[in-house]
Amino acid sequence: MRNDPNMSEYFFIAVFAVVALVVVAGILILSAVLGPKNPSPQKTVPYECGIIPTEEAKGRYPVRFATIAMLFIIFDIEVVFMYPWAVALDQLGFFGLIEMFLFIFILGIAYVYIWGRGGLEWD
Amino acid sequence: MIDSVIDFLAPYTFLIVGAVKAVIIAIGLLSSVPLLVWLERRLMGRFQVRLGPNRVGPFGLGQPFADSLKLLFKESIVQNSADKFLFYLAPAVVVFTAIVTFSLIPFGKPFEIFDQKIGMWVANVNVGILFVFAISSMGIYGIVLAGLSSNNKYSLMGGLRSSAQMISYELTLGLAALGVIMITGSLNLQEIVDAQKTVPNILLQPLAFVLFYIAGVAETNRAPFDLPEAEQELVAGFHTEYSGMKFAMFFMGEYINMITMSALITLLFLGGWHSYIIPVPDLLFIGPLLVFSVKVFILLCILIWLRSTFPRIRYDRLMTFGWKILVPLAMLNLMVTSVFIVIF
Repeated sequence: MRNDPNMSEYFFIAVFAVVALVVVAGILILSAVLGPKNPSPQKTVPYECGIIPTEEAKGRYPVRFATIAMLFIIFDIEVVFMYPWAVALDQLGFFGLIEMFLFIFILGIAYVYIWGRGGLEWD
Repeated sequence: MIDSVIDFLAPYTFLIVGAVKAVIIAIGLLSSVPLLVWLERRLMGRFQVRLGPNRVGPFGLGQPFADSLKLLFKESIVQNSADKFLFYLAPAVVVFTAIVTFSLIPFGKPFEIFDQKIGMWVANVNVGILFVFAISSMGIYGIVLAGLSSNNKYSLMGGLRSSAQMISYELTLGLAALGVIMITGSLNLQEIVDAQKTVPNILLQPLAFVLFYIAGVAETNRAPFDLPEAEQELVAGFHTEYSGMKFAMFFMGEYINMITMSALITLLFLGGWHSYIIPVPDLLFIGPLLVFSVKVFILLCILIWLRSTFPRIRYDRLMTFGWKILVPLAMLNLMVTSVFIVIF
């Protein structure tokens, strides 16, 4: 661990994460211990501005959210591909530039297609 | 006896120093949250031509502490049909990821004391900025889980909306940061700052700065992009069902994210702890830390200023703005920057 300074850095992140965990758990436990508990039928019903809820909330939701999630996965992976390229752009030079422009061009076709099919519209 | 213990521990000094540093930074970060809440309420008061909190303690500084104590002693209602485990887990995830993200942020020049080189950061990882994005996007889970576990229609809509918003703007965030990474040729945040010794990146990448700032505001769910908690339409969105300290935890996460995002913008675009025009002496670590804090402070004030200036943007416009304007602009910035770097 000592020979690789980078690995010990992850140990510090772990220490920090433990502190964060203690803080989070502490707050949750403290508020559970200190707060009063007087449940009543009115309190334990989902809040809908005074109207009694008629059905479960876990039902259907607009498919738009699913398509946006799919688009995000596609585009975000492209962006992650670009990170190593961006770091090494100096060494890659002109070859890397052409390769990435081809990559962005193909991505652009997909993007224009999605735009044309109305994938980015919210109605 | 003590000597032998010291001898045994000597090779591990850097581990102990690092661990102590981590704890100190965590305490500092957590205690800056009430201060930021106070700052926001005071500034908002001034913007709206009123005084803001000024009764508890000097300048009303005790107000956030009084508020958090009050919230700690409030009943935390968990309604019957909620998924109990996820309901408790959601605010924990939000705060946890917000705190851990800050561990990657360097906020000063490394200095030497007692033959120990001490860096002003918790961890200095070579994939720095990638790690920041990776952990900070985990916070979306907290918001989605809060929306799903509440079993409330408003919460569900709020959770879905905010997750869609955050993932859409994360794309712009990543693409805008690429320009800076290309200029530096490194993902390490400290190296990115060192590369800005003479010229801050904001002058080389003005478009990327604007894009990153807009996306950053949207990522932290701040006005005018505070749609997750649109009070008027969604009754506070994903945290409708939350009360007491669990409710406060969402805001704790939000304020920590504000600090982290401002720090990240400072590191990437404003030259971190380097001061330009005005020379600032090092004084061990105080000088660079002060420069960095001033920059972050100004960015935080701008965030608060934005909140009191702009009305909330409509949801469909938010999504089309993100996908049809910001993403192409970020792509354009990326291509132009890469051409410049290869040719010159």
